[in-house]
Amino acid sequence: METISSYMTSDHHRCDELFAQAEATVSGQDWAAIAAGLRAFLESMQHHFKMEEDVLFPAFEQRTGMSMGPTQVMRMEHAQMRELFDAMADAVKQQDRDEFLGQAETLLVMMQQHNMKEEQMLYHMADQALAGEMEEMLQKMRAVVL
Amino acid sequence: MSLPSGLSFAQAPPITVPFRFFLSAPLFALLAALLALWFGPSLMDSRWQPSVLALTHLMTLGFLSMAMVGAMLQMLPVIAGSPVAHPVGVARAVHLLLVPGVLFLAGGFLLGSSWPMRVAMVLLGGGLLVFAIAVGISLARAASDNPTVVGMRFALAALGVTAALGLILASNFSWEWWLVGWVQVTNLHLTWGLLGWVGLLVIGVSYQVVPMFQLTPAYPKSLTRWLTWTLFALLLLCSVPWLLPEAGVPEQLAVAVGLAAMAVLAAFAVVTLRLQSQRRRKQSDVTLLFWRFGMACLLLVLMLGIAGQTMRDTGNVPGENLMAALLFIAGFAVSVVNGMLYKIVPFLIWFHLQSLLMGVAKVPNMRQIMPEPGMRRQMWLHFLAVPLLGLSALWPLLIYPAALLFGASMVLLEFNLLSAFRVYRKHAKLAPEINPKTT
Repeated sequence: METISSYMTSDHHRCDELFAQAEATVSGQDWAAIAAGLRAFLESMQHHFKMEEDVLFPAFEQRTGMSMGPTQVMRMEHAQMRELFDAMADAVKQQDRDEFLGQAETLLVMMQQHNMKEEQMLYHMADQALAGEMEEMLQKMRAVVL
Repeated sequence: MSLPSGLSFAQAPPITVPFRFFLSAPLFALLAALLALWFGPSLMDSRWQPSVLALTHLMTLGFLSMAMVGAMLQMLPVIAGSPVAHPVGVARAVHLLLVPGVLFLAGGFLLGSSWPMRVAMVLLGGGLLVFAIAVGISLARAASDNPTVVGMRFALAALGVTAALGLILASNFSWEWWLVGWVQVTNLHLTWGLLGWVGLLVIGVSYQVVPMFQLTPAYPKSLTRWLTWTLFALLLLCSVPWLLPEAGVPEQLAVAVGLAAMAVLAAFAVVTLRLQSQRRRKQSDVTLLFWRFGMACLLLVLMLGIAGQTMRDTGNVPGENLMAALLFIAGFAVSVVNGMLYKIVPFLIWFHLQSLLMGVAKVPNMRQIMPEPGMRRQMWLHFLAVPLLGLSALWPLLIYPAALLFGASMVLLEFNLLSAFRVYRKHAKLAPEINPKTT
């Protein structure tokens, strides 16, 4: 049975894959391809954040009454990652390879430690808290568009 | 709904918590390199010499445990969702006890005198006890279905056994009471320390960080479920023959247990290398190279160990013990820790600066905090030093170039870490003074 954990974890992997592809394009000289790779990756991330911030987190907060707890920390980390997204986009605009790789490296570690907290804690808590409305939650998340 | 107790999403502990350990560690390894230059080829005469014992503990307690303690205090909130309570006080106490403790221990060995050894027992025993209690509470609260948490629990238990045996040996050294089978107790002490505390922690942490840094596939569940507890159980079995009265356990059984423990470690090294070869991230980096080098050294040590066990009757391979120890400590453990430091340190600096400066000033990225060329230079010094260290067990004169290279590598490591920390201090000054406690 699909759960919030399994659905969101596989979406993390989809984002990781697009990250790896975007980072790999930087070995070439084709800045249009690099920009396209970055765009695909950033869209996947923004979409993931939107599913969490618009659907999952509010439902979790409403159900548990914890609005200043884990979801607040996750939102803060989203804000930190959005700054890195902007920095990566700037680096592509300026065609600065070192800056791009440095920002990408930073984002990778930030993103992975963030995902780890979500996959090992928050999603499990959400699975428990929202067990009664699992199908509805999954449908709402699938329906999110950027 | 009920939350697992102790579950917390608290952000990282203050930056000084891990950094006081990270910045101290290379200095102990440097001290070990200087001692190796001072004593020279005589080190290879016997593993029981005071100089060898002092050097070993500077490496294992001064470098490895120092860095591992700092990393655990840092990682527990992220990996286990269970931060250590009072991290600043715990870190300060543990650090201030361990640093002089290691120096007194090395001094006690070198001077052959009992008072520094007694001081070391108090300092090291106290420091490790504070650490074990603080981290033990945090690990007890963490979710048990996480194989990294399980690995860390076994590693901490192994540290406890290692420390207890170490205290027995040190008290024997300083009060000269009659200890039956102190050779065996020494062997147990180093087996629990190296395979248990170091080996189990590296395995447990790898489950998280190998997939995380290189986007490799996850370790197979079939492996993570049994690997750490099997190794721990084998370490317990290794200990049984020495706890029972003489002639209790046949020799073949002891050999079989030893071989099984080596097979477990070999499985870990092979799987790790395979996962790394399947990584989705194409960007190679220093951490990856350090880890591959470390795993290769581990496999080499295991081959030496298996050769040693199976060729027992045909006489010992010359220098086999010392070579295996050098390759395990400097080749496997130091490489893995060194590689980890190059990820953790620049990331933490970035993370703390970004929390301080969001919306105020631009934060340097990880590569600006810790530039790649400096890390690579240090890595190559290390990669040159390790084979020479291993070979110096056979050709003792090689200890001179080996120790020179190893010492140079540690100077450069300390320099790289300090340069990164200077970047932190420079930028942290720009922060608005709202909450000075967050640094």
